[in-house]
Amino acid sequence: MRTWRSYLLGASLLLAFWQIGAWWAGESVLTGPATVLAELVSESETSRFWHHVGASAWRVIAALAASFATAVPVGLVLGSSRRADRFVRPVINLTYPVPKIVLLPLVLLIFGLGDTGKIVMLSLILFFQLLITTRDAATAVSRSAKYSLYSLGGTRRHLFVHVIWPSVLPAVFTALRIATGTVVAVLFFVESIGTQYGVGFYILDAWGRADVPQIFVGIVVLAIMGAVLYEIFDVLERVFCRWKQM
Amino acid sequence: MTQCCGELLRSTDLTKTYSADNGSVPALGPTSLALGHGETLALVGPSGCGKSTLLLLLAGLEKPTAGEVLFKGQPLTRPHREIALVLQDYGLFPWKTVRRNVELGLEIRGESMDSGRLDSLLAELDITEKMDLYPQQLSGGQRQRVALARALVLNPSLLLLDEPFAALDTLTRERLQDLVAAAWRKHAFGMIVVTHNIQEAVRLGRSIAVMGSTPGRILALVANPRGCSEDYRGQADFFEMSRLVRAHLEQTA
Repeated sequence: MRTWRSYLLGASLLLAFWQIGAWWAGESVLTGPATVLAELVSESETSRFWHHVGASAWRVIAALAASFATAVPVGLVLGSSRRADRFVRPVINLTYPVPKIVLLPLVLLIFGLGDTGKIVMLSLILFFQLLITTRDAATAVSRSAKYSLYSLGGTRRHLFVHVIWPSVLPAVFTALRIATGTVVAVLFFVESIGTQYGVGFYILDAWGRADVPQIFVGIVVLAIMGAVLYEIFDVLERVFCRWKQM
Repeated sequence: MTQCCGELLRSTDLTKTYSADNGSVPALGPTSLALGHGETLALVGPSGCGKSTLLLLLAGLEKPTAGEVLFKGQPLTRPHREIALVLQDYGLFPWKTVRRNVELGLEIRGESMDSGRLDSLLAELDITEKMDLYPQQLSGGQRQRVALARALVLNPSLLLLDEPFAALDTLTRERLQDLVAAAWRKHAFGMIVVTHNIQEAVRLGRSIAVMGSTPGRILALVANPRGCSEDYRGQADFFEMSRLVRAHLEQTA
């Protein structure tokens, strides 16, 4: 309840500043929130708008799921095995700094212009964020915690279930929350090529038609999408890491 | 009260050297010791003298560079189900409630404990009311009681304590020392306590091994037959023993 109240307060402040800016600059330069809201309501009554939103949501969720399913297990293995980490770390150190977005043409060439190429591109960017966070969190598990578990008769499997996974989970949720910002930002780029659907395309299309209110509608939708995902991960963390609230 | 009958643990020429980037670091020189069933030993010495390393070797958690540990006559090469360990930082898992922490060892071993015995142990350690809390909701003394419960619930033949009360205030520390001494009198386990606190060594060790450093080794073994007995603290012989151990420690310095 407190979360919704703070969201409402934050949104009200943002809208107030936005409206003041629109009055100051004039609607022809900066479209005001009232106009954008009216446009949003009007757009939301069309199926085409929801098709754009659905296409983007699918790509974002698929990319988050794919990167989670690949990066987290690899991060756990690297964080738990010094030998594996020693072998793989140089590869990560060399590939992580490469700005993945420049790989967009190559990824689309290899995986096609359809959804697969776009999801692979998004996943590639998220992969490293999740991998490095998970690996570092698993590496940080204290020797004392390991001794404690082994002295109780635990095996490596028990260590993973009772120590490594629960201690890594908060870091994974933090990485996922950070990833939502990244994935929504990159979505705009990947949806600018080879598609007729998606909020990124919607914004570019509106830009091409110089339809400023619709550009703002697209921006607001992306912001809402990011905020919803962020909040979902926040709620999941509260459920699965209840001990962190204590 | 339990008395020694037969040998529970023996280490012979136990040595541990850690490898580092700039060569090897000797943590423990050749160290031999023996502990009888139901006996207690305190390892006391300055920081960095290898006390904790020795304890980890005796717990089967670290492999010695040389020498061997025999537990009940058998070589000890890995953690043994009859050896329980309590660490200075409690070793509790913050994501588990007190109940799940206490029962974790049993869960891992696929064992269960008679609820009456469990309740009695929890009452003995005064944590019955804390079972649904998380460790971070407890004070340091309460956390150490939980760590003790988690060890004792496994009904160990040997309890190893690594500077268990170092982070606690004086009164809490003394209260917990008395609690451990009472648990030892009741449950008849062997016990090795690592500490840098002389009075703690005298309170809990029926033998006191004084350790020196570089590399860590046992320099003197002092018999302290009143260790762990009731009403020992505050008695003249308690202070006399403390002075004796201090004199040995000062010699090592």
